[in-house]
Amino acid sequence: MTQANSSETLQAIPGEHESHPKHNLTGFIIFLCSESVIFLAFFSGYAILKLNALDWYPPGVEGLEISKPLINTIVLVSSSGTIALAEHFKARENMALFRGFWFLSMLMGLYFLYGQAVEWSGLRFGFDSGSFGGMFYLLTGFHGLHVATGILLMTIMLIRSFIPGNYVGGEQGVQATSLFWHFVDVIWILLFVLLYLWA
Amino acid sequence: MTAAPPTYDPRILKAPHPVPGAPDNWKRFFSFNTDAKVIGIQYIVTAFFFFLIGGLLAMIIRGELITPASDLVDRTVYNGLYTMHGTVMLFLFIFPVLNGLNNLLIPTMIGAPDMAFPRLNAVAFWLVPIFGTLLMASFFVPGGPAYSGWWSYPPVSTQNPLGHLISGQSLWITAVALSGVSSIMGAINFVTTILRMRAPGMTIWRMPVFCWTALAAQTLQLIGLPALTGGAIMLLFDLVAGTSFYQPAGGGDPVLYQHFFWFYSHPAVYVIILPVFGVFSELFPVYSRKPLFGYLFVALASFAIVFLGLIVWVHHMFPSGVPTWMRNLYMVTTMLIAVPTGVKVFAWLATMWGGKIRLTTAMLFCIGGLFNFVFAGITGVMLATVPIDLHVSNTYFVVGHFHYVIYGAAVMGIFAAIYHWFPKFTGHMTYEGLGKVHFALTFLGANLNFLPMHPLGLMGMPRRVSSYDPQFAFWNVLASLGAFLLGVSIIPFLLNMISSWVRGPKASANPWQAIGLEWLLPSPPPAENFEEHVPTVIRGPYGYGSGEPLVEHQVEIEQALLAMEVKP
Repeated sequence: MTQANSSETLQAIPGEHESHPKHNLTGFIIFLCSESVIFLAFFSGYAILKLNALDWYPPGVEGLEISKPLINTIVLVSSSGTIALAEHFKARENMALFRGFWFLSMLMGLYFLYGQAVEWSGLRFGFDSGSFGGMFYLLTGFHGLHVATGILLMTIMLIRSFIPGNYVGGEQGVQATSLFWHFVDVIWILLFVLLYLWA
Repeated sequence: MTAAPPTYDPRILKAPHPVPGAPDNWKRFFSFNTDAKVIGIQYIVTAFFFFLIGGLLAMIIRGELITPASDLVDRTVYNGLYTMHGTVMLFLFIFPVLNGLNNLLIPTMIGAPDMAFPRLNAVAFWLVPIFGTLLMASFFVPGGPAYSGWWSYPPVSTQNPLGHLISGQSLWITAVALSGVSSIMGAINFVTTILRMRAPGMTIWRMPVFCWTALAAQTLQLIGLPALTGGAIMLLFDLVAGTSFYQPAGGGDPVLYQHFFWFYSHPAVYVIILPVFGVFSELFPVYSRKPLFGYLFVALASFAIVFLGLIVWVHHMFPSGVPTWMRNLYMVTTMLIAVPTGVKVFAWLATMWGGKIRLTTAMLFCIGGLFNFVFAGITGVMLATVPIDLHVSNTYFVVGHFHYVIYGAAVMGIFAAIYHWFPKFTGHMTYEGLGKVHFALTFLGANLNFLPMHPLGLMGMPRRVSSYDPQFAFWNVLASLGAFLLGVSIIPFLLNMISSWVRGPKASANPWQAIGLEWLLPSPPPAENFEEHVPTVIRGPYGYGSGEPLVEHQVEIEQALLAMEVKP
């Protein structure tokens, strides 16, 4: 993603080995497909353990509180919309609105992480509380890592947008980051259904 | 060369030149180089370094087993030895050596200047020595290396009697996870390169079969490896953080790990064997002077193997208490996989049939590998049958079957590939005499080593034991002698490789009269292969005997190559 504008230098210096920019998005999509399998593995592990469990929740835990995670879910899913708007404005070369909506998406991602941290600190079970505790923290934690990665990527893309002429004529880094963010969203929806709605 | 001026300028074929800023000497192999051809050789040499270590462990194992008593090494050490032998051979030899071949062959075969992501490629390689060192370091931690076998089943693998955070087992999991990261990086690179960087005119239906099989194998890596990584993360947490994903006491399920492990590790066998099928499909036509029989079916069979390979993993778990319907279902899918592999075997036989066969070292290794593969396929179908599997599960029959696949077929195919493409990438010919000695020792050694394991397994000798009943001694002595023969067989190989590279006869651009883009490059190819002058492919591969050119202006390219060889 960092070699987006090196195609001219590439031709200028024969033998210079650089990433061929037009393939970055292809590579990133392949990576996302592969990454989704790791979530698929965790999800199926969760389902198998839950279906075979005698006492799924640890003693003293009845189920998960749903209202605050639901707010979190709405914020995260909406951020998929704002990042799409940001991309839309970038395509129209309106950089101010692009940066505005991009930054808004970042803030929504940060709010999600904050909400997750608040939820974690209020829980009465730990990751060592049976297979339920382990699975809960594994799924939310691994997803949270992806949210944090997404925010990091968005920060990098925001900074790179201030390099003059950097985003003229398309920028695969923005596309890839946006794709990653949608991916993180879809995973969360599945995760929310499995963890919170499937009683 | 008539009135029409050639649009192809022969002057563009330059002498080999290094990447700017990189030294064109042995030092480039020890640097963070982004040239796929350098990385390919780095992979292969590193892999063979670890091959020697894994082989040494095998020699100690077979030394222990030459007598029924456990008298050479301590039993705990023995557990560590077979665990590390399997891990080193798979994660530090087979996968790296195949990635090395991918690096050398994919860009040159499809006419790409390099891989799609050269720096990612270099990072993926340099992870290999890093996790290799990590794994080797586990020999020196208190309690010794991991001892739960290469599959690391819980509950054995989640025991931590000494209580240290850094134990042989935690190092093992970390090393395997890093190996997974490296393989995923490689797979993204190979798939993107094959999909996006083919020469003009090279449609996917004109692609050499090696690229088809590499694409299939790397697709399997991308689908399977994350599942193992997920399972390994949970195993690591169970081991060091006290979670209970696989602990029945906390509601966990040890069989769940087996699902994660085999969902990847069964397809991993196809990741290994598919590129070797690719090598066979490339080499049989060259040395039989006939087109590959049924190109389309051989190519597509690779993806049939990918699809079926993803739904057979439970055949490793027939005795693990899985439900009957699962046993029956996976028995059927496992047997079905014999169909696409059978298609390939018959295609190779039909390619050789009536051909003008040249028994070079590479061809001998191909024929030997094919022979062993057919044998392994027969025992594979036997193992797929639930009643037989329950009888021989965890015996030497399984060990014998597996080693016929991996050493008998895959490693022999890798040797064939090395002898075939060595001139292309080093610019020197290998010595045929030494090569044939190497072949004879390998073929005899492998069969003497692994054939006796089958009667042993049928008689009921369990695997992973350092002492056994004296009734098993006869076959074990034979197997150990075979193993030592295999150990010796590596000497002519190393001697051949080193002396050929240092002072072997100069290789021409196309010493085997093979057809393919890589043979239209000088030996060794320049840093960016064809650079921007990639020839346009006008025909499918393997046009042996037809006399028709593969690319536009083939005659001019061949003349330019010839001129370059005459006055270097």
